[in-house]
Amino acid sequence: MNFLARTWIGEWLIGLGRIATMSREAVMSLLTLKVTWKDLLYQIYFIGIKSQSVVLVTGAFTGMVLTAQTYFQFHKVKMDTATLAVVGVSMCSELGPVLTALMVAGRVGAAIAAEIGSMRVTEQIDALRTLATHPVDYLVVPRLLASQIALPLLTIESVVLGIGSGYVIGVFLLGIDPTYLWFNMLKYTGNIDLEIGLVKSFVYGGIIALVGCYKGMSCGMGAEGVGRATTEAVVYSSIAILVTNFFLTLVLQRAALLLL
Amino acid sequence: MIEVRQLQKSFGPQLILDGVNLQICTGESAVIIGRSGGGKSVLLKHLIGLLQPDAGEVLVDGENITRMNERQLLRVREKFGMVFQGAALFDSMTVAENVAFPLERKKKYTTGEIAKRVAAALDVVDLQGTQKKKPAELSGGMRKRAGLARAIVYEPQILLYDEPTTGLDPIVSDSIDQLIIRVRDRLKVTSVVVTHDMRSARRVGHQVFMLHEKKIYASGPPAEFFASTDAVVRQFIDGVADAKENLF
Repeated sequence: MNFLARTWIGEWLIGLGRIATMSREAVMSLLTLKVTWKDLLYQIYFIGIKSQSVVLVTGAFTGMVLTAQTYFQFHKVKMDTATLAVVGVSMCSELGPVLTALMVAGRVGAAIAAEIGSMRVTEQIDALRTLATHPVDYLVVPRLLASQIALPLLTIESVVLGIGSGYVIGVFLLGIDPTYLWFNMLKYTGNIDLEIGLVKSFVYGGIIALVGCYKGMSCGMGAEGVGRATTEAVVYSSIAILVTNFFLTLVLQRAALLLL
Repeated sequence: MIEVRQLQKSFGPQLILDGVNLQICTGESAVIIGRSGGGKSVLLKHLIGLLQPDAGEVLVDGENITRMNERQLLRVREKFGMVFQGAALFDSMTVAENVAFPLERKKKYTTGEIAKRVAAALDVVDLQGTQKKKPAELSGGMRKRAGLARAIVYEPQILLYDEPTTGLDPIVSDSIDQLIIRVRDRLKVTSVVVTHDMRSARRVGHQVFMLHEKKIYASGPPAEFFASTDAVVRQFIDGVADAKENLF
Protein backbone atom coordinates (compact mmCIF):
# COMPACT_ATOMS: atom_id res chain seq x y z
CA MET A 1 0.00 0.00 0.00
CA ASN A 2 2.81 2.34 0.98
CA PHE A 3 4.72 1.40 -2.17
CA LEU A 4 1.61 2.07 -4.27
CA ALA A 5 1.20 5.50 -2.72
CA ARG A 6 4.85 6.26 -3.34
CA THR A 7 4.49 5.25 -6.99
CA TRP A 8 1.32 7.29 -7.44
CA ILE A 9 2.85 10.35 -5.81
CA GLY A 10 6.06 9.86 -7.75
CA GLU A 11 4.18 9.71 -11.07
CA TRP A 12 2.12 12.74 -10.12
CA LEU A 13 5.22 14.76 -9.25
CA ILE A 14 6.97 13.71 -12.48
CA GLY A 15 3.87 14.82 -14.42
CA LEU A 16 3.84 18.19 -12.65
CA GLY A 17 7.54 18.63 -13.39
CA ARG A 18 7.01 17.87 -17.06
CA ILE A 19 4.09 20.29 -17.34
CA ALA A 20 6.26 22.95 -15.67
CA THR A 21 9.09 22.29 -18.15
CA MET A 22 6.65 22.46 -21.07
CA SER A 23 5.17 25.71 -19.71
CA ARG A 24 8.65 27.22 -19.47
CA GLU A 25 9.40 26.19 -23.07
CA ALA A 26 6.07 27.69 -24.18
CA VAL A 27 6.73 30.99 -22.40
CA MET A 28 10.25 31.17 -23.88
CA SER A 29 8.81 30.47 -27.31
CA LEU A 30 6.13 33.17 -26.81
CA LEU A 31 8.76 35.71 -25.78
CA THR A 32 10.80 35.01 -28.90
CA LEU A 33 7.64 35.34 -31.05
CA LYS A 34 7.85 31.92 -32.65
CA VAL A 35 4.07 31.67 -33.00
CA THR A 36 2.58 31.59 -36.51
CA TRP A 37 -0.41 33.96 -36.91
CA LYS A 38 -2.26 31.52 -39.18
CA ASP A 39 -2.10 28.76 -36.56
CA LEU A 40 -3.06 31.17 -33.77
CA LEU A 41 -6.12 32.46 -35.65
CA TYR A 42 -7.25 28.92 -36.45
CA GLN A 43 -6.98 27.95 -32.78
CA ILE A 44 -8.89 31.07 -31.67
CA TYR A 45 -11.58 30.08 -34.17
CA PHE A 46 -11.60 26.49 -32.91
CA ILE A 47 -11.60 27.35 -29.20
CA GLY A 48 -13.63 30.55 -29.32
CA ILE A 49 -16.14 30.38 -32.18
CA LYS A 50 -16.73 26.63 -32.03
CA SER A 51 -17.47 26.77 -28.29
CA GLN A 52 -20.27 29.32 -28.71
CA SER A 53 -23.23 26.98 -28.36
CA VAL A 54 -21.83 25.25 -25.26
CA VAL A 55 -20.98 28.54 -23.54
CA LEU A 56 -24.24 30.28 -24.46
CA VAL A 57 -26.41 27.46 -23.12
CA THR A 58 -24.31 27.17 -19.94
CA GLY A 59 -24.37 30.94 -19.27
CA ALA A 60 -28.07 31.36 -19.95
CA PHE A 61 -29.30 28.44 -17.88
CA THR A 62 -26.91 29.12 -15.00
CA GLY A 63 -28.20 32.71 -14.83
CA MET A 64 -31.80 31.54 -14.95
CA VAL A 65 -31.49 28.85 -12.28
CA LEU A 66 -29.44 31.12 -10.02
CA THR A 67 -32.07 33.86 -10.32
CA ALA A 68 -34.87 31.44 -9.48
CA GLN A 69 -33.04 29.89 -6.49
CA THR A 70 -31.97 33.27 -5.10
CA TYR A 71 -35.48 34.66 -5.50
CA PHE A 72 -37.09 31.74 -3.65
CA GLN A 73 -34.77 32.34 -0.66
CA PHE A 74 -34.80 36.15 -0.74
CA HIS A 75 -38.57 36.32 -1.13
CA LYS A 76 -38.91 34.90 2.40
CA VAL A 77 -37.16 37.97 3.84
CA LYS A 78 -38.65 40.47 1.34
CA MET A 79 -35.38 41.06 -0.49
CA ASP A 80 -36.69 40.23 -3.97
CA THR A 81 -35.01 43.19 -5.65
CA ALA A 82 -31.55 42.09 -4.47
CA THR A 83 -31.85 38.89 -6.52
CA LEU A 84 -30.00 40.10 -9.61
CA ALA A 85 -27.23 41.61 -7.47
CA VAL A 86 -26.38 38.11 -6.22
CA VAL A 87 -26.61 36.76 -9.76
CA GLY A 88 -24.33 39.55 -11.04
CA VAL A 89 -21.60 39.05 -8.45
CA SER A 90 -21.75 35.25 -8.69
CA MET A 91 -21.71 35.20 -12.48
CA CYS A 92 -18.85 37.72 -12.76
CA SER A 93 -16.46 36.34 -10.18
CA GLU A 94 -17.36 32.65 -9.79
CA LEU A 95 -19.91 30.88 -11.94
CA GLY A 96 -19.13 32.65 -15.21
CA PRO A 97 -15.40 31.86 -15.32
CA VAL A 98 -15.57 28.45 -13.59
CA LEU A 99 -18.51 26.94 -15.50
CA THR A 100 -17.28 28.34 -18.83
CA ALA A 101 -13.83 26.88 -18.15
CA LEU A 102 -15.28 23.48 -17.18
CA MET A 103 -17.40 23.35 -20.33
CA VAL A 104 -14.47 24.42 -22.53
CA ALA A 105 -12.22 21.88 -20.76
CA GLY A 106 -14.69 19.17 -21.74
CA ARG A 107 -14.86 20.24 -25.37
CA VAL A 108 -11.48 21.80 -26.16
CA GLY A 109 -9.21 20.00 -23.65
CA ALA A 110 -10.43 16.64 -24.93
CA ALA A 111 -10.01 17.69 -28.57
CA ILE A 112 -6.47 18.98 -27.98
CA ALA A 113 -5.40 15.79 -26.18
CA ALA A 114 -6.98 13.55 -28.85
CA GLU A 115 -5.46 15.46 -31.77
CA ILE A 116 -1.95 15.68 -30.33
CA GLY A 117 -2.19 12.11 -28.98
CA SER A 118 -3.05 10.80 -32.46
CA MET A 119 -0.13 12.76 -33.87
CA ARG A 120 2.18 11.15 -31.33
CA VAL A 121 0.92 7.63 -32.04
CA THR A 122 1.39 8.06 -35.81
CA GLU A 123 4.90 9.55 -35.38
CA GLN A 124 3.77 12.96 -36.64
CA ILE A 125 5.37 14.64 -33.62
CA ASP A 126 8.66 12.89 -34.39
CA ALA A 127 8.23 14.04 -38.00
CA LEU A 128 7.85 17.64 -36.75
CA ARG A 129 11.09 17.29 -34.82
CA THR A 130 12.96 15.90 -37.83
CA LEU A 131 11.71 18.90 -39.83
CA ALA A 132 13.57 21.16 -37.36
CA THR A 133 10.33 22.29 -35.70
CA HIS A 134 10.01 22.26 -31.93
CA PRO A 135 6.67 20.60 -31.03
CA VAL A 136 6.10 23.20 -28.30
CA ASP A 137 6.43 26.06 -30.82
CA TYR A 138 4.10 24.47 -33.31
CA LEU A 139 1.57 22.62 -31.16
CA VAL A 140 1.52 24.11 -27.66
CA VAL A 141 2.09 27.85 -28.11
CA PRO A 142 -0.78 28.59 -30.55
CA ARG A 143 -3.20 26.57 -28.42
CA LEU A 144 -2.04 28.17 -25.18
CA LEU A 145 -2.26 31.70 -26.52
CA ALA A 146 -5.59 31.09 -28.26
CA SER A 147 -7.07 29.53 -25.14
CA GLN A 148 -5.94 32.46 -22.99
CA ILE A 149 -7.44 34.95 -25.46
CA ALA A 150 -10.66 33.05 -26.10
CA LEU A 151 -11.59 32.05 -22.56
CA PRO A 152 -11.91 35.60 -21.10
CA LEU A 153 -14.05 36.55 -24.12
CA LEU A 154 -16.24 33.48 -23.69
CA THR A 155 -16.53 34.25 -19.98
CA ILE A 156 -17.75 37.81 -20.70
CA GLU A 157 -20.29 36.34 -23.10
CA SER A 158 -21.44 33.84 -20.49
CA VAL A 159 -21.70 36.54 -17.78
CA VAL A 160 -23.70 38.91 -20.00
CA LEU A 161 -26.04 36.13 -21.01
CA GLY A 162 -26.39 34.87 -17.43
CA ILE A 163 -27.30 38.29 -16.06
CA GLY A 164 -29.53 39.01 -19.07
CA SER A 165 -31.44 35.77 -18.79
CA GLY A 166 -31.65 36.24 -15.01
CA TYR A 167 -33.20 39.66 -15.57
CA VAL A 168 -35.76 38.24 -18.01
CA ILE A 169 -36.72 35.44 -15.60
CA GLY A 170 -36.82 37.84 -12.63
CA VAL A 171 -39.01 40.42 -14.33
CA PHE A 172 -41.26 38.38 -16.60
CA LEU A 173 -41.59 35.10 -14.71
CA LEU A 174 -41.09 36.00 -11.06
CA GLY A 175 -42.58 39.49 -11.24
CA ILE A 176 -39.79 41.46 -9.56
CA ASP A 177 -39.76 45.24 -10.03
CA PRO A 178 -37.40 45.80 -13.03
CA THR A 179 -36.02 49.22 -11.98
CA TYR A 180 -34.91 48.17 -8.47
CA LEU A 181 -33.75 44.80 -9.73
CA TRP A 182 -31.42 46.44 -12.27
CA PHE A 183 -30.39 49.28 -9.92
CA ASN A 184 -29.33 46.87 -7.15
CA MET A 185 -27.45 44.71 -9.61
CA LEU A 186 -25.42 47.73 -10.80
CA LYS A 187 -24.92 48.93 -7.21
CA TYR A 188 -23.51 45.69 -5.82
CA THR A 189 -21.72 44.29 -8.86
CA GLY A 190 -18.46 46.18 -9.21
CA ASN A 191 -15.85 46.29 -11.94
CA ILE A 192 -13.58 44.40 -9.60
CA ASP A 193 -15.91 41.36 -9.73
CA LEU A 194 -15.62 41.23 -13.49
CA GLU A 195 -11.88 41.82 -13.32
CA ILE A 196 -11.49 38.90 -10.88
CA GLY A 197 -13.49 36.74 -13.28
CA LEU A 198 -11.32 37.74 -16.23
CA VAL A 199 -8.07 37.01 -14.36
CA LYS A 200 -9.48 33.60 -13.40
CA SER A 201 -10.56 32.78 -16.93
CA PHE A 202 -7.12 33.75 -18.25
CA VAL A 203 -5.53 31.29 -15.81
CA TYR A 204 -8.08 28.56 -16.64
CA GLY A 205 -7.39 29.06 -20.35
CA GLY A 206 -3.74 28.28 -19.65
CA ILE A 207 -4.65 25.21 -17.57
CA ILE A 208 -6.94 23.75 -20.26
CA ALA A 209 -4.38 24.19 -23.06
CA LEU A 210 -1.36 23.03 -21.07
CA VAL A 211 -3.01 19.94 -19.57
CA GLY A 212 -4.53 18.99 -22.97
CA CYS A 213 -1.21 19.42 -24.79
CA TYR A 214 0.77 17.61 -22.09
CA LYS A 215 -1.62 14.66 -22.00
CA GLY A 216 -1.55 14.44 -25.81
CA MET A 217 2.22 14.63 -26.06
CA SER A 218 2.79 12.04 -23.35
CA CYS A 219 0.00 9.65 -24.32
CA GLY A 220 0.56 5.91 -24.52
CA MET A 221 0.67 4.01 -27.79
CA GLY A 222 -2.43 2.85 -29.66
CA ALA A 223 -6.09 3.74 -29.53
CA GLU A 224 -6.25 2.93 -25.82
CA GLY A 225 -3.47 5.44 -25.09
CA VAL A 226 -5.25 8.20 -26.99
CA GLY A 227 -8.55 7.41 -25.26
CA ARG A 228 -6.93 7.50 -21.84
CA ALA A 229 -5.10 10.74 -22.62
CA THR A 230 -8.38 12.36 -23.68
CA THR A 231 -10.20 11.30 -20.52
CA GLU A 232 -7.32 12.34 -18.28
CA ALA A 233 -7.04 15.72 -19.98
CA VAL A 234 -10.67 16.51 -19.13
CA VAL A 235 -10.54 15.08 -15.60
CA TYR A 236 -7.22 16.68 -14.61
CA SER A 237 -7.95 20.08 -16.12
CA SER A 238 -11.40 20.15 -14.44
CA ILE A 239 -9.88 19.25 -11.07
CA ALA A 240 -7.09 21.78 -11.56
CA ILE A 241 -9.65 24.49 -12.40
CA LEU A 242 -11.71 23.76 -9.27
CA VAL A 243 -8.69 23.63 -6.97
CA THR A 244 -7.10 26.73 -8.50
CA ASN A 245 -10.42 28.55 -8.20
CA PHE A 246 -10.33 28.27 -4.42
CA PHE A 247 -6.83 29.72 -4.13
CA LEU A 248 -7.45 32.38 -6.76
CA THR A 249 -10.61 33.48 -4.95
CA LEU A 250 -8.68 33.89 -1.69
CA VAL A 251 -5.78 35.74 -3.29
CA LEU A 252 -7.79 37.94 -5.65
CA GLN A 253 -10.46 38.90 -3.09
CA ARG A 254 -7.71 39.82 -0.61
CA ALA A 255 -5.96 41.86 -3.29
CA ALA A 256 -9.23 43.56 -4.18
CA LEU A 257 -9.84 44.50 -0.54
CA LEU A 258 -6.35 46.01 -0.32
CA LEU A 259 -6.78 47.95 -3.53
CA LEU A 260 -10.21 49.37 -2.72
CA MET B 1 30.06 12.01 -41.44
CA ILE B 2 28.04 10.12 -38.85
CA GLU B 3 29.84 8.24 -36.13
CA VAL B 4 28.30 6.14 -33.37
CA ARG B 5 30.47 5.16 -30.42
CA GLN B 6 29.58 2.59 -27.78
CA LEU B 7 25.86 3.42 -27.97
CA GLN B 8 23.74 1.90 -25.23
CA LYS B 9 19.97 2.15 -24.86
CA SER B 10 17.39 0.38 -22.79
CA PHE B 11 13.67 0.87 -22.29
CA GLY B 12 12.91 0.01 -18.68
CA PRO B 13 14.60 -3.29 -17.87
CA GLN B 14 14.95 -4.26 -21.55
CA LEU B 15 18.36 -3.59 -23.08
CA ILE B 16 17.98 -2.75 -26.79
CA LEU B 17 21.43 -1.56 -27.86
CA ASP B 18 24.61 -2.53 -26.05
CA GLY B 19 27.77 -0.88 -27.30
CA VAL B 20 26.92 -0.17 -30.95
CA ASN B 21 29.76 1.29 -33.05
CA LEU B 22 29.45 2.39 -36.65
CA GLN B 23 30.78 4.99 -39.05
CA ILE B 24 29.03 6.33 -42.15
CA CYS B 25 31.07 8.57 -44.45
CA THR B 26 29.69 11.61 -46.26
CA GLY B 27 27.94 10.71 -49.51
CA GLU B 28 27.86 7.03 -48.56
CA SER B 29 24.72 4.94 -48.52
CA ALA B 30 24.53 2.68 -45.48
CA VAL B 31 22.01 -0.06 -44.90
CA ILE B 32 21.25 -1.33 -41.40
CA ILE B 33 19.70 -4.79 -41.36
CA GLY B 34 18.62 -7.02 -38.52
CA ARG B 35 15.69 -8.91 -37.12
CA SER B 36 12.38 -7.26 -36.30
CA GLY B 37 12.48 -5.76 -32.83
CA GLY B 38 16.27 -5.88 -32.87
CA GLY B 39 16.70 -2.12 -32.36
CA LYS B 40 17.29 -0.89 -35.96
CA SER B 41 14.72 1.92 -35.75
CA VAL B 42 15.94 2.79 -32.24
CA LEU B 43 19.48 3.13 -33.63
CA LEU B 44 18.20 5.28 -36.53
CA LYS B 45 16.31 7.57 -34.16
CA HIS B 46 19.51 8.11 -32.18
CA LEU B 47 21.26 9.37 -35.31
CA ILE B 48 18.88 12.36 -35.52
CA GLY B 49 18.49 12.87 -31.79
CA LEU B 50 14.89 11.66 -31.51
CA LEU B 51 16.07 9.37 -28.72
CA GLN B 52 18.74 10.03 -26.12
CA PRO B 53 21.13 7.17 -25.35
CA ASP B 54 21.84 5.84 -21.86
CA ALA B 55 25.55 5.84 -22.72
CA GLY B 56 27.76 6.41 -25.73
CA GLU B 57 28.02 9.13 -28.35
CA VAL B 58 26.57 10.06 -31.72
CA LEU B 59 28.71 12.47 -33.72
CA VAL B 60 27.31 14.29 -36.75
CA ASP B 61 30.06 16.07 -38.70
CA GLY B 62 32.18 15.92 -35.56
CA GLU B 63 29.49 17.39 -33.25
CA ASN B 64 28.35 15.26 -30.35
CA ILE B 65 24.56 15.47 -30.49
CA THR B 66 23.87 13.34 -27.42
CA ARG B 67 24.58 16.25 -25.07
CA MET B 68 22.36 18.72 -26.91
CA ASN B 69 18.95 19.88 -25.75
CA GLU B 70 15.91 19.95 -28.04
CA ARG B 71 16.51 23.53 -29.23
CA GLN B 72 20.18 22.90 -30.04
CA LEU B 73 19.18 19.73 -31.89
CA LEU B 74 16.88 21.73 -34.20
CA ARG B 75 19.97 23.32 -35.80
CA VAL B 76 21.59 19.89 -36.36
CA ARG B 77 18.35 18.42 -37.71
CA GLU B 78 18.33 20.96 -40.55
CA LYS B 79 20.97 18.71 -42.12
CA PHE B 80 18.63 15.70 -41.94
CA GLY B 81 15.59 14.42 -43.73
CA MET B 82 13.75 11.37 -42.47
CA VAL B 83 11.27 9.03 -44.12
CA PHE B 84 9.18 7.20 -41.51
CA GLN B 85 7.92 3.65 -41.69
CA GLY B 86 4.31 4.86 -41.77
CA ALA B 87 5.27 8.05 -43.69
CA ALA B 88 4.07 10.22 -40.73
CA LEU B 89 2.39 12.73 -43.04
CA PHE B 90 0.37 15.42 -41.27
CA ASP B 91 -3.14 14.13 -41.86
CA SER B 92 -4.82 17.52 -41.48
CA MET B 93 -2.85 18.87 -44.47
CA THR B 94 -2.88 18.14 -48.19
CA VAL B 95 0.13 16.54 -49.89
CA ALA B 96 1.32 19.95 -51.13
CA GLU B 97 0.98 21.47 -47.64
CA ASN B 98 2.90 18.53 -46.17
CA VAL B 99 5.76 18.95 -48.63
CA ALA B 100 5.72 22.74 -48.25
CA PHE B 101 5.76 22.52 -44.43
CA PRO B 102 9.55 22.62 -43.86
CA LEU B 103 9.94 25.47 -46.36
CA GLU B 104 7.18 27.54 -44.75
CA ARG B 105 8.72 27.04 -41.31
CA LYS B 106 12.05 28.42 -42.58
CA LYS B 107 10.30 31.68 -43.60
CA LYS B 108 12.84 32.54 -46.27
CA TYR B 109 10.94 31.53 -49.39
CA THR B 110 8.17 33.34 -51.26
CA THR B 111 4.89 31.56 -52.00
CA GLY B 112 5.92 31.18 -55.65
CA GLU B 113 9.28 29.65 -54.75
CA ILE B 114 7.60 27.24 -52.34
CA ALA B 115 5.10 26.10 -55.00
CA LYS B 116 7.93 25.60 -57.49
CA ARG B 117 10.03 23.56 -55.04
CA VAL B 118 7.03 21.47 -53.97
CA ALA B 119 6.24 20.67 -57.61
CA ALA B 120 9.90 19.75 -58.25
CA ALA B 121 10.04 17.48 -55.17
CA LEU B 122 6.80 15.74 -56.15
CA ASP B 123 8.20 15.33 -59.65
CA VAL B 124 11.29 13.55 -58.27
CA VAL B 125 9.07 11.01 -56.49
CA ASP B 126 6.61 10.67 -59.40
CA LEU B 127 3.68 12.16 -57.53
CA GLN B 128 2.74 14.98 -59.88
CA GLY B 129 -0.92 16.01 -59.67
CA THR B 130 -1.46 14.82 -56.10
CA GLN B 131 -0.93 18.24 -54.54
CA LYS B 132 -4.52 18.66 -53.37
CA LYS B 133 -5.04 15.13 -52.05
CA LYS B 134 -5.12 14.32 -48.36
CA PRO B 135 -2.80 11.57 -47.03
CA ALA B 136 -5.84 9.35 -46.34
CA GLU B 137 -6.58 9.32 -50.08
CA LEU B 138 -3.13 7.93 -50.96
CA SER B 139 -1.98 4.30 -51.14
CA GLY B 140 0.82 3.03 -48.86
CA GLY B 141 3.48 3.44 -51.57
CA MET B 142 2.27 6.92 -52.50
CA ARG B 143 2.33 7.97 -48.85
CA LYS B 144 5.95 6.83 -48.53
CA ARG B 145 6.86 8.73 -51.68
CA ALA B 146 5.09 11.86 -50.38
CA GLY B 147 7.06 11.42 -47.13
CA LEU B 148 10.25 11.25 -49.18
CA ALA B 149 9.26 14.39 -51.13
CA ARG B 150 8.78 16.20 -47.80
CA ALA B 151 12.19 14.97 -46.62
CA ILE B 152 14.09 16.10 -49.75
CA VAL B 153 12.31 19.39 -50.52
CA TYR B 154 14.74 21.44 -48.41
CA GLU B 155 17.77 19.55 -49.79
CA PRO B 156 19.17 17.95 -46.63
CA GLN B 157 22.67 16.49 -46.52
CA ILE B 158 21.63 13.26 -44.79
CA LEU B 159 18.54 11.15 -45.46
CA LEU B 160 17.29 8.51 -43.04
CA TYR B 161 14.83 5.86 -44.17
CA ASP B 162 12.98 3.75 -41.60
CA GLU B 163 11.89 0.53 -43.32
CA PRO B 164 10.91 2.22 -46.59
CA THR B 165 9.64 -0.95 -48.31
CA THR B 166 7.92 -2.71 -45.41
CA GLY B 167 4.32 -3.60 -46.17
CA LEU B 168 4.58 -2.80 -49.88
CA ASP B 169 4.20 -5.22 -52.79
CA PRO B 170 7.40 -6.20 -54.70
CA ILE B 171 6.72 -3.80 -57.59
CA VAL B 172 6.13 -0.77 -55.36
CA SER B 173 9.13 -1.85 -53.23
CA ASP B 174 11.24 -1.87 -56.36
CA SER B 175 10.07 1.63 -57.32
CA ILE B 176 10.92 2.87 -53.79
CA ASP B 177 14.42 1.32 -54.08
CA GLN B 178 14.95 3.02 -57.42
CA LEU B 179 13.76 6.27 -55.91
CA ILE B 180 16.25 5.98 -53.02
CA ILE B 181 19.07 5.37 -55.52
CA ARG B 182 17.88 8.24 -57.74
CA VAL B 183 17.67 10.70 -54.82
CA ARG B 184 21.05 9.54 -53.51
CA ASP B 185 22.73 10.05 -56.88
CA ARG B 186 20.92 13.22 -57.87
CA LEU B 187 21.20 15.08 -54.56
CA LYS B 188 24.51 13.51 -53.45
CA VAL B 189 23.15 12.86 -49.96
CA THR B 190 24.38 10.52 -47.26
CA SER B 191 21.69 7.84 -46.86
CA VAL B 192 20.98 5.52 -43.98
CA VAL B 193 18.37 2.87 -44.73
CA VAL B 194 16.95 0.56 -42.09
CA THR B 195 15.41 -2.51 -43.65
CA HIS B 196 15.00 -6.25 -43.45
CA ASP B 197 14.36 -6.52 -47.14
CA MET B 198 17.48 -8.27 -48.46
CA ARG B 199 16.91 -7.31 -52.08
CA SER B 200 16.61 -3.67 -51.09
CA ALA B 201 19.75 -3.89 -48.90
CA ARG B 202 21.75 -5.38 -51.76
CA ARG B 203 20.69 -2.65 -54.20
CA VAL B 204 20.74 0.63 -52.28
CA GLY B 205 23.73 0.26 -49.95
CA HIS B 206 27.41 1.02 -50.34
CA GLN B 207 27.88 -0.46 -46.90
CA VAL B 208 25.77 -2.99 -44.99
CA PHE B 209 25.66 -3.19 -41.18
CA MET B 210 23.99 -6.09 -39.48
CA LEU B 211 22.56 -5.51 -36.00
CA HIS B 212 22.47 -8.71 -33.99
CA GLU B 213 22.39 -9.38 -30.26
CA LYS B 214 22.25 -5.61 -29.54
CA LYS B 215 25.53 -4.93 -31.41
CA ILE B 216 26.81 -4.46 -34.96
CA TYR B 217 27.60 -8.08 -35.67
CA ALA B 218 28.92 -7.77 -39.21
CA SER B 219 29.50 -5.05 -41.81
CA GLY B 220 30.97 -4.57 -45.25
CA PRO B 221 30.23 -3.66 -48.86
CA PRO B 222 27.17 -5.52 -50.23
CA ALA B 223 29.17 -7.88 -52.47
CA GLU B 224 31.39 -8.94 -49.59
CA PHE B 225 28.58 -9.02 -47.01
CA PHE B 226 26.21 -11.13 -49.07
CA ALA B 227 29.03 -13.60 -49.83
CA SER B 228 29.68 -14.07 -46.11
CA THR B 229 29.92 -17.63 -44.81
CA ASP B 230 29.25 -16.70 -41.18
CA ALA B 231 26.38 -18.85 -39.90
CA VAL B 232 24.40 -15.99 -38.29
CA VAL B 233 24.76 -13.72 -41.32
CA ARG B 234 23.89 -16.55 -43.71
CA GLN B 235 20.83 -17.49 -41.69
CA PHE B 236 19.54 -13.92 -41.87
CA ILE B 237 20.34 -13.42 -45.57
CA ASP B 238 18.74 -16.72 -46.54
CA GLY B 239 15.80 -16.17 -44.20
CA VAL B 240 16.05 -19.53 -42.44
CA ALA B 241 14.27 -19.94 -39.11
CA ASP B 242 16.24 -21.54 -36.30
CA ALA B 243 14.99 -25.10 -35.79
CA LYS B 244 15.33 -24.71 -32.03
CA GLU B 245 13.39 -21.46 -31.98
CA ASN B 246 9.84 -21.83 -30.72
CA LEU B 247 7.90 -19.48 -32.97
CA PHE B 248 4.42 -20.72 -32.12
